[in-house]
Amino acid sequence: MVLYLISVGLSVTMGLMGFVNLAHGAFAMIGGYLMTSLMSRYNVPFVLALTAAVVVVILISLILERLLYRRLYGGDELDQVLMTMGLIFISIASVTYIWGPITQPMQPPPALSGQIDLGFRTFPTYRTFLIVCGAVLVTLLWLTLERTRFGAQVRAAVDNLRMAQTIGINTSRLFATTFALGSGLAALGGALGAEILPITTFYAMDNLIYFLIVVAIGGLGSIRGPFFAALLIGVSDTAFKYVAPELGAFFIYALTMAILLWFPRGIFGRT
Amino acid sequence: MMQEHSTERLVRAAHIAEFSARHRLRWLEALPWVAAIAAYFVFPNYLALGAQILATILFVLSLDLVLGYAGIVTLGHAAFFGVGAYTAGMLAANGWGEPVSGLLVGGVAAAAVGLVSGAIVLRTSGLTLLMQTLVVAAMLYELANKAHRFTGGADGLQGMEMWPIFGTFRFDMFGNTAYFYCLVVLFLCWAAARNVVHSSFGRSLTGIRENVGRMHAIGAPVARRKLLIYTFSAALAGIAGGLIAQTTQFVGLGVLNLERSGMALIMLIIGGVGQLYGAFIGVPLYMIAQDRFAEVDPAYWYFWIGLSLVFIVVFLRGGVFGVVERLFGRGKSP
Repeated sequence: MVLYLISVGLSVTMGLMGFVNLAHGAFAMIGGYLMTSLMSRYNVPFVLALTAAVVVVILISLILERLLYRRLYGGDELDQVLMTMGLIFISIASVTYIWGPITQPMQPPPALSGQIDLGFRTFPTYRTFLIVCGAVLVTLLWLTLERTRFGAQVRAAVDNLRMAQTIGINTSRLFATTFALGSGLAALGGALGAEILPITTFYAMDNLIYFLIVVAIGGLGSIRGPFFAALLIGVSDTAFKYVAPELGAFFIYALTMAILLWFPRGIFGRT
Repeated sequence: MMQEHSTERLVRAAHIAEFSARHRLRWLEALPWVAAIAAYFVFPNYLALGAQILATILFVLSLDLVLGYAGIVTLGHAAFFGVGAYTAGMLAANGWGEPVSGLLVGGVAAAAVGLVSGAIVLRTSGLTLLMQTLVVAAMLYELANKAHRFTGGADGLQGMEMWPIFGTFRFDMFGNTAYFYCLVVLFLCWAAARNVVHSSFGRSLTGIRENVGRMHAIGAPVARRKLLIYTFSAALAGIAGGLIAQTTQFVGLGVLNLERSGMALIMLIIGGVGQLYGAFIGVPLYMIAQDRFAEVDPAYWYFWIGLSLVFIVVFLRGGVFGVVERLFGRGKSP
């Protein structure tokens, strides 16, 4: 579910805007760092810390979008890959400088720790909370992109940029908003998932391949896609590791390759 | 009528002259080799680093062939480097320490992996291709990690014993032999790559990069040519990996990870893509700077490399080579 939370944001930037944003994990990482340090050092309540982390990351992403990302819209994929990779390195260094190389501990608030009894068996409350969050988010996002004016504008601008501009859509503001949305989602995912995907300095680099796999399999620009892909990856990863532990993550990669050959644009990709 | 005929012939002759001129060696091309031999005498204490730089140049050069010439954006080139390194390493660790044949076998193994994976992966393009190359490298990484018995897994492959090259040149502890070994191998591979790039096959690759549709239209076998250069480049990358394995006598999982693919890309970008010489500028710049900075603090090093990468992409298109070329007012040739 954490994978989904982070990847759906990436699907928004990468799929809707067509920008290969490898630095997406960096936004998630910064979100995670902000929240954990706010909570453990300054004793800020959970919800407030979460909101603050997401808001700060959105601000950072807006600045970066204006300064750097904007120049490469519609450009070469290679340039996008390289620039965002540069951003990953910068983020690694900055995070090490500010927070040091130690993994940040994450304690869920008392109300969310412990176990929850659902009648037939008990679950860790925090994980249940994560799953509920994910479900709420997928619904909200889907409604936003499919049912509102904003969503329609985004889809129009992606399908035909010039036409969208011609009919008076402010595409540069639209893209900035979309990008901020994507990064905000990343921060949310990074912060919420800090318990499961530990926040370390190399977070953005180590988890990059998982995020990318989820987005690529799920299909670009789709909201449902990453949801199912994250489920698929999560379930099959556990299953394969159970059946053939000596092969580890090998199957996941093989599966990804096979799926991408079958559906080059992802299972739920738009053509 | 007669006149027209002769102008036509003149134009033809001019074309042929132009094509053969492109192939001719220019004196400037000797510069890297002069510099490499000079470096041997000027920095005798840094030969180990020097040998690594030379081997990495070869790796980055092989990346330049696929990326700069054929326009295949890959994030998994470390796969071939790693296959070469592990093949050469495992041969040496299991009692066959003959370096040159070990290197060749490493290259062949990498080429085989390149051929098979390329045949699958190159069917896709754009982001999907990026993902596929990434996944191939990740798969090999997992394999090497899990096949602990053969590769040493996370501990790395140890116990390699190298025999003297051709039975005479022993690998010494100062790295004299390693340096010249790498230099000679790099030179041979460079000569091969240069020939490929300037051949009509190389020109058709540029065509594929610039306009695939048109290359299809004039009947070029696009898929086959892409696969061919991918395999050739994989072989070079494998040889580079073998060089690193043989000269450092150690192979770790690091030869296969995403970071190595990324670093190679970065070094190529710093030097300049699609120039054949980008690697010769980018790799020494990067590795020497890394050697200096990393002593101070590795974290700062990441900051600066990230910053310069962003800067190059946004402001300095074409890397160092591109800037130099613009300064001297030459147009972009390839």
